[in-house]
Amino acid sequence: MPMNRNFDWYLQMLLIRRFEERLLDEFSKGTLNGTTHAYIGQEANAVGIMDALNEQDVVFSNHRCHGHFLAYGGDPYLLAAEIMGKVTGVVGGRGGSQHIQWKNFYSNGIQGGIVPIATGMGLAEKIKKSGQIVVTFLGDGTLGEGIVYESLNMASLWKIPILYVLENNYYAQTTPLHLAMAGQIWERFNSFGINTWECDTTDVAEINILAGEAVKYVRKHNEPGCLIIHTYRYSAHSKGDDFRDTAEIEAHKKSDPLVVHGIRLSSALRKKAEAQIRDLIEASFSRASLDPEPAIEELIST
Amino acid sequence: MTKLVLERLNESLIHAMEMDERIHLIGEDLLDPYGGAFKVTRGISSRFPGRVLTTPISEAAITGVATGMALRGLRPVVEIMFGDFSTLIFDQIVNHAAKFSWVYDGHVSVPLVVRTPMGGRRGYGPTHSQSLEKFFLGIPGIKVLSPNTLGDPGTLLENAIQDDGPVMFMEHKLLYPCRMLEEKFGDLADATVTKSREIFPTFTIGFSSTPKVTLATFGYNFELTRQAVLEALYEREVFTEIILFSQLSPFDLDPLFQSLSRTQRLITVEEGTQNVGWGSEICTRALEQIEFPLKVKRIASLNLPIANARSLEEAILPSRQDIKQAIFELAGE
Repeated sequence: MPMNRNFDWYLQMLLIRRFEERLLDEFSKGTLNGTTHAYIGQEANAVGIMDALNEQDVVFSNHRCHGHFLAYGGDPYLLAAEIMGKVTGVVGGRGGSQHIQWKNFYSNGIQGGIVPIATGMGLAEKIKKSGQIVVTFLGDGTLGEGIVYESLNMASLWKIPILYVLENNYYAQTTPLHLAMAGQIWERFNSFGINTWECDTTDVAEINILAGEAVKYVRKHNEPGCLIIHTYRYSAHSKGDDFRDTAEIEAHKKSDPLVVHGIRLSSALRKKAEAQIRDLIEASFSRASLDPEPAIEELIST
Repeated sequence: MTKLVLERLNESLIHAMEMDERIHLIGEDLLDPYGGAFKVTRGISSRFPGRVLTTPISEAAITGVATGMALRGLRPVVEIMFGDFSTLIFDQIVNHAAKFSWVYDGHVSVPLVVRTPMGGRRGYGPTHSQSLEKFFLGIPGIKVLSPNTLGDPGTLLENAIQDDGPVMFMEHKLLYPCRMLEEKFGDLADATVTKSREIFPTFTIGFSSTPKVTLATFGYNFELTRQAVLEALYEREVFTEIILFSQLSPFDLDPLFQSLSRTQRLITVEEGTQNVGWGSEICTRALEQIEFPLKVKRIASLNLPIANARSLEEAILPSRQDIKQAIFELAGE
């Protein structure tokens, strides 16, 4: 594998990590309004998957979208400005943390609600014969929503080119998986005739290979697929709602994706990445903090 | 003889699909030979193979799929078989289709039409007879339209399809077999009709230069209101003016306010339940806007589910007689 790819992956994962840490820090200092859902611990998923997509493919993300957005190539400055409620944000301060749109990237904050929409986008790309596929992100908690299954049914019936990425982080806010879900995740997709790829790893390289297979299959056969990644978030669901066993969290941190992938780089390169990301985060947040808030006149535009 | 509302809706879908290949129909039981529960889409799947998607019974996801299609450059028209089932699509409309354009700062548009038939008087009982328009009124980011026999329902539907935002297109089961009206003929022989708003018009239908009461209504209720108004005229020479809305939301009430300056008496007529209804909003806005004293009355369904038994259903839904009585009452007759 070329060295620059390994470095890029590390850089992107580090960007997500430091961005989310900075956000949590700003929230704890009371400088930010609202809430956030940190992606810390799950960085390898977004980075591994986005690198398997074509530039024109469509991505529909959920409430925990910062990592997906940054791995998609989104500008941390635009995202910081959006979360700060600045007019320069991705969507002018209207959407905030969970509701952003840039190029072919979309996100929204209703559990399961985006799944039929992403499915319909896939149908549109198929009708238009664009060759583009759609990737949408679901969590384990989302599997409780009935509309997900309505969508899977149609995706399979109509052979829609969409990859459902199921990030199972084992907790729906505070509720552990075993209290919220019967049966097996893969069975739910398989029962609609949807092929699944499944992994339990924090290694971005492994995830990228599996995502590549799934993406290739979806594009080639023009039919849906599901990539299930068993993962773990190191921070709370949002803020102040973490009641998990600290020993459990610490155990998971031993397979930190930054460490797992970091060993492929020299310590000099890791230091270089740290410095580069530190500067980027600092520049993004300080620039955004100086930007104006949206004027009231913005309310009636478009 | 003029055309039926059903014919015009069907023709307009065909015309729109001929003109624009981005348009797709999506809903339950739409394929020929059945052609949809109320036959609005009959013949279309044969004419446009692949552009009419018949679906599983999944109203919420149908609406979501169509929203996704709209976001990616197509122009889907959804049919929800009964208006009662629109409760199932509420999240998709409120939290998704209606929000995207504004929340994404105008980056996207959602040219989506959701057609659905409301209304009772067919003996279908509590879950297949309701008029639920009011739950979609006032949602930022969507339009709510309702066809009638005076404006051309086909043109209204084509304009809805050409709109770049989400539109709820609320039909009525009893409107389908109604014939379109012609000005200066039949019920309108002695009426003066003026139209305001070109795309989603509001009509002012006057029977005299000195009307005593203004009636605001939409959709099939216009049929009842028109009959009641003519009876009031023939029986006691009470002159009225009807304001007929094609666009229910966002509210644009200028033609109504102009009529009220002549009558100072307002009756709203709708088939949904009276509590917190379309008429409640209309009356409130009129009272806020207008400085002279105003008398208002809301004709609507009783605040009950719609019973199956014909006698009970008739008692629950507003009747021609109810409208006529209200006219006499407000006119001081």
